[in-house]
Amino acid sequence: MKRLLITIAVYYAQLMSSFSQDLSASDTANYQERKLKLEEVNFVSGYYQQDGNHSGVTGGIGTEKLTDFANTLDLKISKTNEKGNIHQLFFEMGIDIYTSASSANIRLPSPGYEMSGPSHQDTRLYPSLAYSIENPNKGNVKGIGLSYSQEYDYVSRGIHLNFAKTSKDKNRELGVGLFAYFDEWMVIYPYELRPPGYDNGTDDDENDSIGASVEPRNSFQASFTFSQVINNRLQLALLFDPAYQEGQLTTLYQRVYFTDQSVRVEKLPDKRTKIPVAIRANYFLGDRIILRSYYRYYQDDWGNRAHTVNLETPFKVTPLFSLIPFYRYSKQTGIDYFAPYGEHQLQENFYSSDYDLAPFTSHFFGMGIRIVPVRGVFGVRNWNSIELRAGHYVRSPDLAGNSVTLALKFR
Amino acid sequence: MKNSKLKRTVWFLLIPLGFFMHSCTSVKPYQKMYLNDSEMELATRKSEKFEQSFLLYREGASGANGGKSGGGCGCN
Repeated sequence: MKRLLITIAVYYAQLMSSFSQDLSASDTANYQERKLKLEEVNFVSGYYQQDGNHSGVTGGIGTEKLTDFANTLDLKISKTNEKGNIHQLFFEMGIDIYTSASSANIRLPSPGYEMSGPSHQDTRLYPSLAYSIENPNKGNVKGIGLSYSQEYDYVSRGIHLNFAKTSKDKNRELGVGLFAYFDEWMVIYPYELRPPGYDNGTDDDENDSIGASVEPRNSFQASFTFSQVINNRLQLALLFDPAYQEGQLTTLYQRVYFTDQSVRVEKLPDKRTKIPVAIRANYFLGDRIILRSYYRYYQDDWGNRAHTVNLETPFKVTPLFSLIPFYRYSKQTGIDYFAPYGEHQLQENFYSSDYDLAPFTSHFFGMGIRIVPVRGVFGVRNWNSIELRAGHYVRSPDLAGNSVTLALKFR
Repeated sequence: MKNSKLKRTVWFLLIPLGFFMHSCTSVKPYQKMYLNDSEMELATRKSEKFEQSFLLYREGASGANGGKSGGGCGCN
């Protein structure tokens, strides 16, 4: 461990020396203040649907049917002051409309029984705002941001700080981000496990008598990124995002069935530390093909370890039109507290039958099309690009999903 | 056991980094025609946003991909 720390310290010292910059008088001279400018507008719309037969809500055996229609609109506004510093403001508004058959099964008294009516539907709204100042002479960017997210049973308030330093030759960059989310999760128990006097905020239970309660969940994440240009065709980035969560980490409306067929609400520890490290490398092969590769190793203190590999190879049919096939593979060991339906022992302290936390392998593959016409999409000058992506997701043992995304950029 | 696996992974990432750090060349701005291509950006694209989102819900592992590692939704 000591050797590892010394090696990291040596790399860090090398990095810092390469980031040192001389600020000549000519660097700061002759800047003109520029007016506020709408730099970029992005509209992204996506549809995802899945089906499977291992929902955590019904103890690992019920339907996982789900659809999600998601949309975001973001704006980037910038202004350059007389010193040459670039001030940028980012605003994003997102809305997800989703239906979930398993959520409807929270109300049902027995597992494996599907409601004949429509699936439970909900809407999630998530605006965010961020501000940054870039000093091109010093090669640094400082930023701050706020985020908010609300759905029926979940509210999240987030804040982040970020800093990035670019070397003078702009061939390497070091970025640091700090994120904190302060969330509140409404307590919703499965119908048959609700205590007397319980209230989930709706009128679906005749025993409703007290106000719906919420439990806090706090998440803290640091993000370290180092990117380096290797030569005129290859660049790579190292990413390290340790995260710590505390509070309500159990999904209280998920059932767990034990070996004696008794049922309880899922129970997981109230703290979790996650350590993901990743490397990303992009290589321009010839004049038409780009290899975008990504590998991540992940482990947490609940016993889950995972390897994820992603490969994307944009092929430029013409300089303005690209085909983008992609493939992602992931394998995880699952948490220590997972067991399938009816296999948990009564003496266990923590238990879950949530297949998102189970051992599995997953494959996600598909194709994207990207068009960036010189005169704008359909001749609209400010409509910079259009991209369409479609992918198929398969996760063992039997979950399958499809996603389609449309991304429009205006500048 | 778990920590030794993490250490091995960090070494696995540091060794190629050391190799690349010593073999990389200083690329001038006028030589960055390929590097400046939008497909070469070392980040996930806007069009991957929702894919990352459903993968965050569907898988226990998260983070180190430019997205969130928890918080903001009732997922893992």
